[in-house]
Amino acid sequence: MAPVESPPRKAQTDDRLRVVGTSLPKVDAVAKVTGRTKFADDLFLPRMLHCRMLRSTTPHAEIVSIDTQRAEEHPGVVAVLVGRDLPTPYGILPVSQDEHALCIDKVRFIGDPVAAVAAIDEATAFEACELIEVEYAPLDSVADIEDALDGDDPAIHAYGDAHNVHKVVALEFGDVEAGLADAHLVQEDLLFYEGNTHLPMEQHAALGDYRPDDRLTLWSSSQTPHYVHRALATVLEMAPSRIRVIATPNGGGFGGKSDPFNHEIVVAELSRRTGRPVKICLNREEVFYCHRGRHPTLMWIKTGFKQDGSITGMHFRSFLDGGAYGSYGVASTYYTGALQTVTYPVAAYKFEGLRVFTNKPPCGPKRGHGTPQPRFALEVHIDKAAEKLGLDPARMRLDHLVEPDSVTANYLKIGSMGLGACIEKVVAESGWNDRYGKLPEGKGLGLACGSYISGAGLPIYWNNMPHSGVQLKLDRGGGVTVFCGSTEIGQGSDSVLAYVVAEVLGINPFEIDIITADTSLTPVDLGSYSSRVTLMTGNAALQAAERARELLVRSVAEKWDVPGVRVAMADRQVFDVQDPECTMTFAEAVVLAESKFGTIGTVGSYTPPRSPGRYRGAGVGPSPAYSYSATVAEVSVDVDTGETHVDDVWIAHDIGQAINPVVAIGQVEGSVYMGLGEALMEEMTYRGNRNIVHHHPSMLEYKSPTTHEMCRVHTYLIEDPDPNGPFGAKEVGQGPLLPIPPAIVNGVYDAVGARVDEVPVTPQKVLAALKRKAKQEEPREGPKKAPQFVWPEAIQVPPPWAGGDGRARDERREIGGGGVRK
Amino acid sequence: MMRLPKFRFQVPATVDDAIAQKREAPPGAAYVAGGTDLYPNMKRRHQEPSVVIALHAIDELRRIVTGADGAVSIGATATLTEVATHPDVRVAYPALAETMHLISTPILQNMGTIGGNVLLDTRCNYYDQNYEWRKSIDFCMKKDGEVCWVAPQSPRCWAVQSADSVPLLVAMGATVDLVGPDGDRSIPIEGLYRDDGILYLSKQQDELLTRIHLPSPNGWRSSYRKVRRRGAFDFPVLGVGAWAELDADGVVQGARIVLGGVASSPVVVETAAQALVGSSLSAEAIDEAAELAWKTGRPLDNTDFTLYWRKEMIRPTVRRALEDLASHR
Repeated sequence: MAPVESPPRKAQTDDRLRVVGTSLPKVDAVAKVTGRTKFADDLFLPRMLHCRMLRSTTPHAEIVSIDTQRAEEHPGVVAVLVGRDLPTPYGILPVSQDEHALCIDKVRFIGDPVAAVAAIDEATAFEACELIEVEYAPLDSVADIEDALDGDDPAIHAYGDAHNVHKVVALEFGDVEAGLADAHLVQEDLLFYEGNTHLPMEQHAALGDYRPDDRLTLWSSSQTPHYVHRALATVLEMAPSRIRVIATPNGGGFGGKSDPFNHEIVVAELSRRTGRPVKICLNREEVFYCHRGRHPTLMWIKTGFKQDGSITGMHFRSFLDGGAYGSYGVASTYYTGALQTVTYPVAAYKFEGLRVFTNKPPCGPKRGHGTPQPRFALEVHIDKAAEKLGLDPARMRLDHLVEPDSVTANYLKIGSMGLGACIEKVVAESGWNDRYGKLPEGKGLGLACGSYISGAGLPIYWNNMPHSGVQLKLDRGGGVTVFCGSTEIGQGSDSVLAYVVAEVLGINPFEIDIITADTSLTPVDLGSYSSRVTLMTGNAALQAAERARELLVRSVAEKWDVPGVRVAMADRQVFDVQDPECTMTFAEAVVLAESKFGTIGTVGSYTPPRSPGRYRGAGVGPSPAYSYSATVAEVSVDVDTGETHVDDVWIAHDIGQAINPVVAIGQVEGSVYMGLGEALMEEMTYRGNRNIVHHHPSMLEYKSPTTHEMCRVHTYLIEDPDPNGPFGAKEVGQGPLLPIPPAIVNGVYDAVGARVDEVPVTPQKVLAALKRKAKQEEPREGPKKAPQFVWPEAIQVPPPWAGGDGRARDERREIGGGGVRK
Repeated sequence: MMRLPKFRFQVPATVDDAIAQKREAPPGAAYVAGGTDLYPNMKRRHQEPSVVIALHAIDELRRIVTGADGAVSIGATATLTEVATHPDVRVAYPALAETMHLISTPILQNMGTIGGNVLLDTRCNYYDQNYEWRKSIDFCMKKDGEVCWVAPQSPRCWAVQSADSVPLLVAMGATVDLVGPDGDRSIPIEGLYRDDGILYLSKQQDELLTRIHLPSPNGWRSSYRKVRRRGAFDFPVLGVGAWAELDADGVVQGARIVLGGVASSPVVVETAAQALVGSSLSAEAIDEAAELAWKTGRPLDNTDFTLYWRKEMIRPTVRRALEDLASHR
């Protein structure tokens, strides 16, 4: 990899850290475990009305008429809304403004809302929905990727890069064909990753409260109050300054509460119309319909390897089933091709990806956003190549690691890179070298790696402002209040703010007041997505706290008549490092500072560094820092039934610096759990023959692992501080999920010699592969062919080592021109 | 969230009161014990009783009694946990005690009752969904609709028997007491079930299941094996109840093998059981019985997993249930 200029790597951590790196409780732990945390559905306001939404019972149809008269006359009903009441479209991405709060002319999936009722209670609203008559003129529906690409069905949307194709991407970095020609082995695979959903314990809920002075407050279980704020202003045609969005603590998010949602807009509008607060709490079925989860993705991968396992060229194609709306889908599509290059050097790389529209709930960002699918494909693919090359899969990876402080073929700037240490750790702890390939039939070990961004380099909408802002208020009693737009979704973001500020000011994190996720009170933070919060709000908080510290130090130094460097702060005390007898309390220092400077408030903000990529599409993938993970999974396969159980997972995660090790380990374990579910059983699937209705929108029949299925998890945090992270910290919320599915699939192969090129690895798939093996056929179960699609000519971007400067060879050329082959 | 429809809740103090209240109540009134089946069904509008008659105040219905011959009889409203932890059940009927722990989750075992499990509504992918979902498939025959979506040409409903206790109790030859306005009766539990997804019970509407009698625990063994996706929560996609009577030399004198989760009623596989008679539960006899059971079982596409895989599971699951018998005591 090409070396680049980088700030000198000085360890920002040292033995003076008192809070950072310590396993303290979360600041909201007591409220959570004593039931005092108020989630959105816990909120009740005087005169509050309850909302229910009527949803489409057909997957694709024109709306001929909606008659709401009987519902309006139903006793207890206060207001009824239909699509034409909210005609302005919205969507999370500026390029995909394709949603309406309520469908106007057509419905696009079973569950698409067509009307909403506000009534005195939920039961009345439910009854009223039953009285609304909707006449549909059914259209042929689009069930899946193949169906979308056959071009035979009516268009779901009037826009897109081709008929029922939302987005097409084609990028080439270097000469891939030449790379493949140079290879000792060319490995080609076709793999499928089934869609799945977030399954947060808390259903989405929102409460709108419009006041007669034309001010609106919305409380919502949202990961992105700033984006909800923007969407409300757009759709309700209100000045943003008159709208306040408060994100309540989320009872689980995982990406499923990152879009602005129709029910949020609906309760706001119903409140405006009725002059009363209006609340909605979705039922579990509706949560499945909100979805925005993992895209079902079919992937084709062809890679050239030298005899030593190094990669001469890689060609990767992904086909994403996007569901009925855009959501984050353009970004998701790019993400399925972005991070293949950040673990093992890829000399030349070509990515082609497309996302289709289908008549199903929209897919979007779920933990790992667009990257678990290609990571699964890549790590299984490498496992197969290692076997053909006669290399140990761990050794092969260790021998070819991306260098720290380098730039990849697709212009991702790598900072710290601890993957080697991660692999070595799990290899040692799992006994890999003595046990891989040597366990009895039915028992196996599989290894896989992964990497993820610590925040996206670019915001959702184009602007030059910070991604995260923090305000700090110090009062004369010694109290400190932190204001930040970040959103607590259970990951510990409120705690990170407290720990960072406490570390800098030498105070107790549990005495700090944390005010977050309130668009009227807190500066903008873009939201809890893309694993950005610890790094970005952490840096913003660090800057605000250092500025406050500076004011205190100057005041105290003046009082003691010593240079500022002699003033230290720890344990709620301020003292002279050369004269420990000379001390004052933190509160006394604040009084001095307020006397000298007036009211003490500071701000901090964070904007990620500019990425070296300049080509169209270079916006997806760059990050201030990349986390790395390596996993070994030990699995048991019942050869009579095909049932797979994961016994142990050893996982090492390169976190840079753990702000709180216990919370970080919790994130790793949660990721392992979620990855286990995706690997073994979770499926967001539909009955194609029954109207494309969701198979099982319930927590009983959507199978997610219980404690019985959960494996033992051995977690190791690898700390190699990254210069871009606060105290060196990188992400941990999402990355550890990535290696889990491929490690399990590779483990199944080691256990029984059968390849399942598809997750979830259900018993029927394993049994099918074993039956083929018994018949001397290829012991494989998985997708058989990729759909035909004429890809547009790829945008050519010479990689750094070929003299590239991050720009496409012909910058003016626009993407497009892809099409359907009949 | 999904809400219960409105209903009147009545709490009779005696069995006679319960029968009288049921007779006086409007059609569709329901008895309730633990409510772990009925209340979720009501939220999904599967059953919409205007009157619900709760049985928890009737003490005699909850008692577990051991007779002089060691035979245990279990009141219908004994919770699954109470059955599982009862000392006489644990000693004399260990397979039944273990089976209680395979039903749903520990919390639901604390609420759910043995009677409720025995009378559990049949289940189906097209039925166990909420009202709006069912509306989007135009409902199904079992509730509010015309067609059985499992077999659209079929005149009948194919919802599937899904209670774990039933294959085992049928294999053991348990009997049940029914009390109704026209008197009391006691029947073999096998006779309680009908092979129809809608009318899956021979019990009359107003009859109350009061007691389950287990056979005297001498000279026989039993076992139950369950197939499901996860180690908790899930209903069986296949359940195998097995029973064998052995003589002093360990030779099988009589046997029963019963499949659950493959039809609307428990399926007694006579041919498979016959393959065991005269054997000493040898591996060969077990394999033959498993093969014959596999031939009999015809699961339909109405539960989790593919029906092909569920059919394939009959062989290893029957084999494992019979191996449990062979290794028992």
